[in-house]
Amino acid sequence: MTDLSMAAGTPPVKTKRSVMIYSRYERFWHWSQAILIFVLALSGFAVHGTLPFVKFSTAVTIHSWAAIALIVLWIFTTFWHFTTGQWKQYLPQISGLPAVIRFYAWGILTGAPHPYSKTLRRKQNALQSLAYLFFMVMIGPALWSSGIVYLTYPWWASWAIGTLGLPIVAFVHTAAAFLMITFVVIHVYMTTTGKTVTHYVRTMITGYDSIELTPAEIAYLEEERSGLLGK
Amino acid sequence: MRSSLGVAGALFAVALLFSGVSRAEDVAEQLSSAPAKPVAAQKSSGLKGGTADHSKFEALKGPFADGSEVTKACLSCHTEAGKHFMKSIHWTWDYTNPKTGQKLGKHNVINNFCTNARGNEGMCAQCHAGYGWKDDTFDFSNQNNIDCLVCHDTTATYYRLPNSRGHDACGVMFEGKKPIDLPKVAQHVGLPGRQNCGTCHYNGGGGDGVKHGDLDSSLNAPSKALDVHMSPDGGNFACTNCHVSDKHIVSGSRYDMIAKDEKGPGAPGSRRDIATCESCHSSKPHDKPSLIGFQLDTHAERIACQTCHIPEIARGGVATMVDWDWSTAGKFIDGKGYALEEYKQGDGKERHTYWTIKGDFKWNENFAPTYKWFDGRMMYTTIDTKIDDSEQPVPINAVMGGPNDPKARIWPFKEMHTRLPWDPKNKSLVYNHLWGKDDTAFWGNFDMVKSVAAGMKIENRPFSGEVGFLPTVSNWPITHMVAPKTDAVKCGECHTEKSRLAGLPGIYMPAHSTVRWLDLLGYAMFVTTIGGVVLHGLARVVMGKKKTHGEV
Repeated sequence: MTDLSMAAGTPPVKTKRSVMIYSRYERFWHWSQAILIFVLALSGFAVHGTLPFVKFSTAVTIHSWAAIALIVLWIFTTFWHFTTGQWKQYLPQISGLPAVIRFYAWGILTGAPHPYSKTLRRKQNALQSLAYLFFMVMIGPALWSSGIVYLTYPWWASWAIGTLGLPIVAFVHTAAAFLMITFVVIHVYMTTTGKTVTHYVRTMITGYDSIELTPAEIAYLEEERSGLLGK
Repeated sequence: MRSSLGVAGALFAVALLFSGVSRAEDVAEQLSSAPAKPVAAQKSSGLKGGTADHSKFEALKGPFADGSEVTKACLSCHTEAGKHFMKSIHWTWDYTNPKTGQKLGKHNVINNFCTNARGNEGMCAQCHAGYGWKDDTFDFSNQNNIDCLVCHDTTATYYRLPNSRGHDACGVMFEGKKPIDLPKVAQHVGLPGRQNCGTCHYNGGGGDGVKHGDLDSSLNAPSKALDVHMSPDGGNFACTNCHVSDKHIVSGSRYDMIAKDEKGPGAPGSRRDIATCESCHSSKPHDKPSLIGFQLDTHAERIACQTCHIPEIARGGVATMVDWDWSTAGKFIDGKGYALEEYKQGDGKERHTYWTIKGDFKWNENFAPTYKWFDGRMMYTTIDTKIDDSEQPVPINAVMGGPNDPKARIWPFKEMHTRLPWDPKNKSLVYNHLWGKDDTAFWGNFDMVKSVAAGMKIENRPFSGEVGFLPTVSNWPITHMVAPKTDAVKCGECHTEKSRLAGLPGIYMPAHSTVRWLDLLGYAMFVTTIGGVVLHGLARVVMGKKKTHGEV
């Protein structure tokens, strides 16, 4: 028995340490994006006619400026993703997916442990990264691309006379908006599933979470990136 | 808005004796707008600071036997004015639309108010800028027949009378007016003011504000809220400040409109043939840089300026007529004609709701226009039109253009609904001989078969001998009474479920136009998701085992 376990190699002893996993820019991006999405959703559905108590011209003005702000934010963030290599966080990991789904569907109710542990390299679980990937390559682009076309309607209006141009653009934009608000509901709910109801929100505010580190990782962090280690 | 029936005193049947002076006064009241006062210093385009004092001209000292002698004096200096004016529609009453080829002009068309000028010139040609047109003997080539004063009087003391007498009852309506001091008027001529044009253009259809809905005597001295251009507190524009002219040809005809002016102002002073908003304001006039200004300029591609900037029709306290039923004309009480005044308009004046010589009327004021796509062309139902009455009401002037036509924009209109005399066998409109002191004129004899037969005989047109009443609608483009920009139609009055533009084809407007199934699906997805997370959360609480160790 012992031999066998020795033969498989002794797993390094992991220590829980508080580490900054969300950098300052990432947190800034997350929260400013969150505010903009709420503003866009509210003003957008006012423009759509769902919230008729908002003055139409006010809704249009707010929606347009917030959209422009979000586009600028996304340009910076795309740049950030590629220069920092953080884009790899969104690569799908299909093999881990069933376990995570099983956990949220049932395990979470019975107190089972989460099948996934945050590591330095991989901050998101399989379901999460798939959801964010969908958010970032489907919902987001569908919204901003149709939104830009919608916003610049004045420039192409005269070519679109007698066509379905505007209705189609509006359709895509509205459909993507419905997906977005649905995503937000699930996303906000999922933040309550941490150690405590507010644990994940606090993490996204402070940037620090306690995760298990190998001695090698600790050594690396202490040596090279001491700023990332919390107390 | 008020309904014509809802006015207090609805039973105020003003039984006006049909053959007496009391009714005559009433007619006079119906036909002339509030007494005009001279409004000085109105802004007219082009000319400013006159160089001649007409009171110093020998030729204008008089005495003048009649208006025609004044004209002769005018022409002795203004040698070319007669030739110029004779080409204008104000003189010819005859116009062939170059786009549709239709023969129009007051001499030819049938409207759904007092129907036709043809055959009724003795009355209708009161508004012809000439002296004495009562039948086909009128000499259109005699310059001395031109009436200069009706347009150029600045004293507001000049007036015109019908060129022929009607039946006694009608004939006395203009008696008792103060004689005109012709030398005084002649010595005080000037550029036309609003009240000059208004003499006729306010009173189309038989009275103040009756016809247009955006032209009535309230424009003589309008508040800024009523008309930002014409108000003395605003631009104090004379009509001619926009309706510029070239050799007495005045721009801005309703027969051939420019629904979308893409040229804009042009070089300074260059455009003398156009009265569009864009000819001053350009086609991109909204505040910039501003997101909303940018969007509004785009709106102007498809929406006429008037659609947003004239929020309601007849806002000046003078009502406009919206419905006329000729089929009820000719009713008597104790053998006498009568009139009812059951509509009290904004300025307190009561308006006819029934009149023996005309039938039943409905009025309205402060009401939203009807919106239609319009490319500038109107197809008239003329005396020559073979009417297809399968779809009613039959348009008297069908508004042409649609959403797929880049030249068309959405325009505001006043709709006038009338049950109009027609020949149901020949399926044509008819000329009705209303005015005259003879035994066929409807106003006096009250036999419409006889009066229509007489009207149709003038040009030897076919008449079956049968008169029916056809539901018709005419469309009056609304373009005056432009409100200050703060009073323009708000975005949310169209961008809403109950839009002002509801029902118009080819529009996509956020907040109004939705894809129903997408909305249902979207809301369902959103609500179901909320329900799902609530249930999931409850389950976590109920199971009481919130010991999650995972990471999200």
